[in-house]
Amino acid sequence: MQKSSVGLRNIFRLTGMRAIGRLSASLIAYKFDCMEKRGLNMTRKQKKVCIRIIMAAVLSVGFALLPTEGYISFCLFVIPYLVVGYDILKKALWGIFHGEIFDENFLMAVATVGAFCLGDYKEGVAVMLFYQIGELFQSVAVGKSRRNIAALMDIRPDYANVEGEDGAVEQVDPETVEVGGLILVRPGERIPIDGVVEEGSGVLNTAALTGESLPREVAPGDEVFSGCINQSGVLRIRTTKPFGESTVSKILELVESSGLRKSRTENFITRFARYYTPCVCVAALLLAVLPPLWGLCTGGDPLWGVWITRALTFLVISCPCALVISIPLSFFGGIGAASARGILVKGSNYLEALSKAKYVVFDKTGTLTEGVFRVVELCSAEGISEEELLETAVYAESYSNHPISRSLQEFYGKTPDYSRVSDVEEISGRGIRGYLDGQRICAGNLKLMEEEGISCKGMMPDKGTVVHVAAEGRYLGHILIADKVKKNAAETIATLKKSGIRRIVMLTGDSKRVAETVAGELGLDEVRAELLPADKVKAVEELLEGKLPKENLVFVGDGINDAPVLARADIGIAMGAMGSDAAIEAADIVLMDDNPAKIGLAIRISRKCLGIVYQNIVLALGIKGVCLILGAVGIANMWMAIFADVGVMVLAVLNAIRCLRVPRDK
Amino acid sequence: MKKTYKVEVDCANCALKMEEAAGKVEGILAAGVNFMTQKLFVEFEEGADVDKVMKQVVKACRKVASDCEIYLD
Repeated sequence: MQKSSVGLRNIFRLTGMRAIGRLSASLIAYKFDCMEKRGLNMTRKQKKVCIRIIMAAVLSVGFALLPTEGYISFCLFVIPYLVVGYDILKKALWGIFHGEIFDENFLMAVATVGAFCLGDYKEGVAVMLFYQIGELFQSVAVGKSRRNIAALMDIRPDYANVEGEDGAVEQVDPETVEVGGLILVRPGERIPIDGVVEEGSGVLNTAALTGESLPREVAPGDEVFSGCINQSGVLRIRTTKPFGESTVSKILELVESSGLRKSRTENFITRFARYYTPCVCVAALLLAVLPPLWGLCTGGDPLWGVWITRALTFLVISCPCALVISIPLSFFGGIGAASARGILVKGSNYLEALSKAKYVVFDKTGTLTEGVFRVVELCSAEGISEEELLETAVYAESYSNHPISRSLQEFYGKTPDYSRVSDVEEISGRGIRGYLDGQRICAGNLKLMEEEGISCKGMMPDKGTVVHVAAEGRYLGHILIADKVKKNAAETIATLKKSGIRRIVMLTGDSKRVAETVAGELGLDEVRAELLPADKVKAVEELLEGKLPKENLVFVGDGINDAPVLARADIGIAMGAMGSDAAIEAADIVLMDDNPAKIGLAIRISRKCLGIVYQNIVLALGIKGVCLILGAVGIANMWMAIFADVGVMVLAVLNAIRCLRVPRDK
Repeated sequence: MKKTYKVEVDCANCALKMEEAAGKVEGILAAGVNFMTQKLFVEFEEGADVDKVMKQVVKACRKVASDCEIYLD
């Protein structure tokens, strides 16, 4: 800023207009200050272009007022032309020598030089001037939205606090902290590296990772992930990973490289631009040459000037910038909007594919259900208290490490007195037998009870796992243990169905009875139960064969044991990536919190984004097509051509920015 | 080996051109330019001299997008 206004002052000093120079320089400086206050920061390059545009505009308005004609007029107007457009001419020449002939610089150079040759000096300067204004506007707008989106995703911690032996705290680069080192995180600071809390407790804001605003409380012994913000309390954290392998680094890497997997639409535009520009140039050439030649042949006036002007107008209109800039911007906006809500999309191709999702296949455990077994119901036989039933079961299972035993112990809440139990034997596929205070007890399934000769009475629940308990040959009752369905799972399925998903399937390794109960509760279309991991792949393949080519299949799993299925489906969505490397590796889309409702949100974002992309393609090509025809038949003049180029580009960029706003559920 | 560099590029089209040009440089397995994050991702061939290869990459990119900037550090 400083430098360029000094440069400007020098130019004015040379022309001897010191006072005016100072005034306009300070005016420009003031203008920039205002813009900066409104958040429109310009880079040095952009400011330079801005100053050149202002100078050229002032000069050409001044010259237009002078009553000049012919060569003098040419000499005058060539000054602002070169001031504003010298870099375009340079780039066009550079392009010709380096084999990049047909780009927008070339189009602009030919159009404006052509206008000068025809004597339309004012139009020549104006086209260049407006082209530069458009380019500047676009570069500022794109830069601003780029920064906005980047800020949404910027969770990079700048430093880590390391405490020395003497208690002095030092700020260091997080990359230099060793595994097992102790770092200090004060309130308001971001946790830079994954680790375990050693001392202190606090409340963490995990919004940057999960998009979830609900804070999480941590205490010594808890594992914490980098990227979370410590909201209260000082935490001392023992690091468990180097910075490069911490959650925050992995996510950043994923997000930053997300632009590299390009969608079909983006690739289409690239290919399109490659053939489009040469075609337009040839068309313009034909437009300039053929009608006059026809005029000559038929003996009429060739009207060279008219047709060349039309050909140049045609060239200005044809610039493909609107498409080339707005489509990647739309996709990036969509990915940014998703990642701000804890949905990481690995590339715009997946965002595009998601909008065409028609089949959603869920894994059960950990995806639709919480994946944690809990005691749901105690059902004691007549004359037996619930405590007695539970206590007997807990003691019987006290030596087992089975998830069911653990859930019982957790529910019991007290540490059992192991000395009361003796001679415990675990019978695989049946249950456990042993002695409690000398009494023979057993806990297990129906088969075990039959073997023991105990008759079970009462209602048999139809869901979950049932543990029957008996002591001294007497039936005490049963305990129901089940995996709880996530609280927003049913709502998710309902939203998905409403948004036009044709078929929702659940695959599970669990028993048929449990699977069907869950499916009935959630309203799923189809259930396949008792599947081994390999069977899941087969089931997905069958579904893939049955669908139409334009319909996509989404598989949602918890990412730990579902990797092959995630890879096989059109789109693999992994749940709960916090700390799970396998999920980030195998999936195309990662939901940072385990909330299945985010799937519906992701589909909505992708559909909106794709809608905007198609709007832009139609808008840009449509307006250009109409203007090209109008230009060719001579109705559209240079001014309209400038609108068709710059105006459409600006509209397309503004439309693309709409992708950042997340659509509400209808 | 993979590396990431900061770049300064003005338009999405130039970024595409840079990506193509960088990918053709000898010693580079794959290259990508993310216009939105202004980053260049390169994957080098086994045993490539990174400094030498990157100089070639800069040269190739300048050829197709004359006003681009690649920060090598």
